[in-house]
This record gives sequence, C-alpha cells and structure tokens, in this order.
Amino acid sequence: MDSGFDFDVIQRSLSYLFLDGMTFTVTLTLLAMSGGIVFGTLLAMMRLSSITPLSVVAGAYVNLMRSVPLVLVIFWFFFLVPYIGAWIIGARDPVKVGAWASSVITFTMFEAAYYCEIMRAGIQSVARGQVWAGYALGLNYWQTMGRIVLPQAFRNMVPVLLTQTIILFQDTSLVYVISATDFLGAASKVANRDYRLVEMYSFVAVVYFVVSYGLSTLVKGLQDRIAIIR
Amino acid sequence: MNYNWNWAIFLSAEPGGTGTYLKYLIIGLGWTLVTALAAWVIALAIGVAVGTLRTTPMPWVVRLGNAYVEIFRNVPLIVQMFLWFFVAPELLPKGLGDWVKQMPPPWGSYLPAVMCLGLFTSVRVAEQVKAGIMSLPRGQRLAGTAMGLGETQTYRYVILPQAFRIVLPPLTSEFMNVIKNSSVALTIGLLELTGRARAMQEFSFRVFEAFTAATLIYLLTNLVVVLAMRALEKKVRVPGLIAAGGAPQAGH
Repeated sequence: MDSGFDFDVIQRSLSYLFLDGMTFTVTLTLLAMSGGIVFGTLLAMMRLSSITPLSVVAGAYVNLMRSVPLVLVIFWFFFLVPYIGAWIIGARDPVKVGAWASSVITFTMFEAAYYCEIMRAGIQSVARGQVWAGYALGLNYWQTMGRIVLPQAFRNMVPVLLTQTIILFQDTSLVYVISATDFLGAASKVANRDYRLVEMYSFVAVVYFVVSYGLSTLVKGLQDRIAIIR
Repeated sequence: MNYNWNWAIFLSAEPGGTGTYLKYLIIGLGWTLVTALAAWVIALAIGVAVGTLRTTPMPWVVRLGNAYVEIFRNVPLIVQMFLWFFVAPELLPKGLGDWVKQMPPPWGSYLPAVMCLGLFTSVRVAEQVKAGIMSLPRGQRLAGTAMGLGETQTYRYVILPQAFRIVLPPLTSEFMNVIKNSSVALTIGLLELTGRARAMQEFSFRVFEAFTAATLIYLLTNLVVVLAMRALEKKVRVPGLIAAGGAPQAGH
C-alpha cells in the first residue's frame, strides 16, 4: 500500500454493496429465522415428547448440529443438497443448486437446532398446571400446545429468539466460503478488484457493528418492556 | 442416493506427499487444537480480567469493559478474521507490518487466527465471568468487607473462588466454541481440520467421505472435552455447594 488510503472506493461501490450484498444478507437472515423458528419449535416439541423415538431423533439432530462448526455444515449442505434434490424428484444426476438456495437451506436447518434449544427452555418455563388445565378442559395435544403453551413460551423467549437472530445475521457472513455474494462477499469482491482491502473490510466491520449493536439495544429495551413480573 | 462411497481413499496418499489422507486430516486436527488452545489462553486471561473489572464499583472501568465487549461481540467472526489478517499489518509500523506479512506459512495465518479467536472468545468469557460473579449473593461481598478484607482481598479469597466454580460449565461450552470457530481460520489460509477436509475433497473428489471423517473427528473431540471438563468440575467441587444451572442463552 503506497498511496495511502482511498475511502472513495466505498462510495463508488455503495449501491453494489447494499443492493446486492446487504439484500442477500438480510433476506437470508429473515428466511432462515422464520424457517428456523418453525422447525426449531417442532424439534423442541419432539424433544419434549413422551414418544421415545421422536425425542431421540430430535435430540441427536440438535446435538449433531451443535457440535460441528458452521463452516463444515455449510460445506456439507452445499454438496449434499444437489443429491437430496435428485433423490426427491427421482433424477439420476445431482440437481444444480446455487449458492443462494443452498445457503437458505443450510441456515434454516442449522439455526433450527439453536432455536429448538431456546423453544425447549421456553416450553419448560410454562407452568405445568397450564398443560393440565388445557387437558382438563378437553383440549387435545395440538390445541393445548397451540393455544396455551406455545403462545406463553414465545412471549417468554422473544428476547432470546431475537438475540439468536442477531447472531444469525452475523453468521450469514460465513457464506463467503461458498463464494456467495452477501454483504461481506460483495465487499470482498470490490476489495480484491480495486486492491482496497483495508478500506472495504473496515467499512464492513463498521456496518455490521452498527446494525448488530443497534438491534441488540432494541432487544434490551424490548426485554425490559415485556418482562412479566412474577 | 447415487453416490459411490469409497472409504479406502483414506489410505491412499495425498498429493502433497506427506502421507495418507487419514494422516493429513489428523494433522489438521492437530492444527485445530493448537489454534484453539492458544486462543483459549488469551481468551481466559483477558476474559477473566475484563469480566471481573466489570463488576467493580468503578464506573469508568465498567464502561470501558462494556465498550470492549460490545465491539468484539457485534462484528462477525470472519470479518474480525479479515481485519487481523488483511488490515492489522497495514496499520502497524511499516517494519513490523512487513515482518508479519512475510512470516512463512502456516505462521502467517496462524498468528492472526489466534489473535482473532482469542479476543473474540475473551468477550464471551468476560460475559460468563461477570454473570458468575453477579450470581453470588450480595452477602458474600459484605461478609468479606465485614471481616476487614480489602476490595482486592475480597475478590481473591471470597468472590472469585466461588465464581470460577459456577462458570466452569458455561466455560466448557465456550471452549468447544473456540474449537468449532477455529474452522473460520480456513478463510485466511490456515489448513486446520475443516480446511483440510475441504482440500481433500478438492484433491480426491471424495466429498462425503472427507466431510464425514471431519464430522466424526469433531464429535470425538467434543466428547473428550466434555468428559475432561466433567472430571475437572468434580475435582474442584466444594462439598455442600451446588453448581448453578445456566439460563437459556443464544449461541452459535
């Protein structure tokens, strides 16, 4: 680096960074969050189920996902999804799946394990008597869960679920390893093209910091507002 | 699934000429552990210091500690990795920066990876240590003062010995996180376990054998860490005290 720093490169690439990169990152985060919470809740219900095979399968899945690095999981799904796709539609050869679809599936499946643990704690935080009261009223399992237990569990766990989502937002930057163009990927492409690594990566760090810090401050505020005084 | 498994691949030689693929992956595990352990030493030293300082009644020290934690917690690990690898050498004085950049592989990526993981993990350790100290009854601190101990002595003889035992289980999972997070170092060229599994897949085209092996090695490592920490917990347990269970927490 001989000519000092050139922060103009950021301004010149702003639209690419945000319209391409940040859109990818945010969409991926939101999709993985929604999918992750749905699958995570189902997994939590399986883990807490009295049907042993269900709880064993769910437990094994969650523990497996939680003991393997995310980078390795991203690689796994990147190569596995084409085969699973072929198996589902009965094709002979692996289907072509791009980095985008692969990322969405990976993060949904991976985060489901983490959301599951949160929802499990949430369900367990609901007083037992609530479940009994539900059954006493003649509701079945799904009605008790859907109308009595889960709404309370969600309410108790909203701050933790959102904190997990902030972590997810940061972790999506790891799609760099499969060359997807998320916010970091876009910045890195510009950085390498113009040889402005210092400026671009510093800018990326600042943007991630501002977004994550802002969101976590909001979550803290929410946590104080919705806390139930017991 | 139309995939022809070939497990014998692990016994054939890898193109680098260092031996079989199996040996190649085991050396990768070695790098993973060496990176994680070095980072863990840094993380524990800084984390315990910052975590403890954040519970003292000195407002500006607490504020400084909070700022440190927020900075390292709100930037993604891979971005921090790039900052250490690409940005930090440019900001150092020229001579030192050039020396860092010219370090022979793998040290050129090892050093930034250790620094990055060490500081990244230190804020997590700091959070756990702070939570551990805060979870002690206020009476412990008061009793220390009542017995005529100074601030430092209260920490040294009353608060920290109890807090360390409380945070042992959460620190175990933080240690496993460092092992897992060290895989991010492959983005700056450190050939640790995940990096080598990926390289093996590129050399041999045996995708799923390579990743299965890496997955199994990670699971085994986790098991060893859990068992070792459980033994440690048992060894340092104070009879009559129950270790506190952790509250639900977000993680990755």
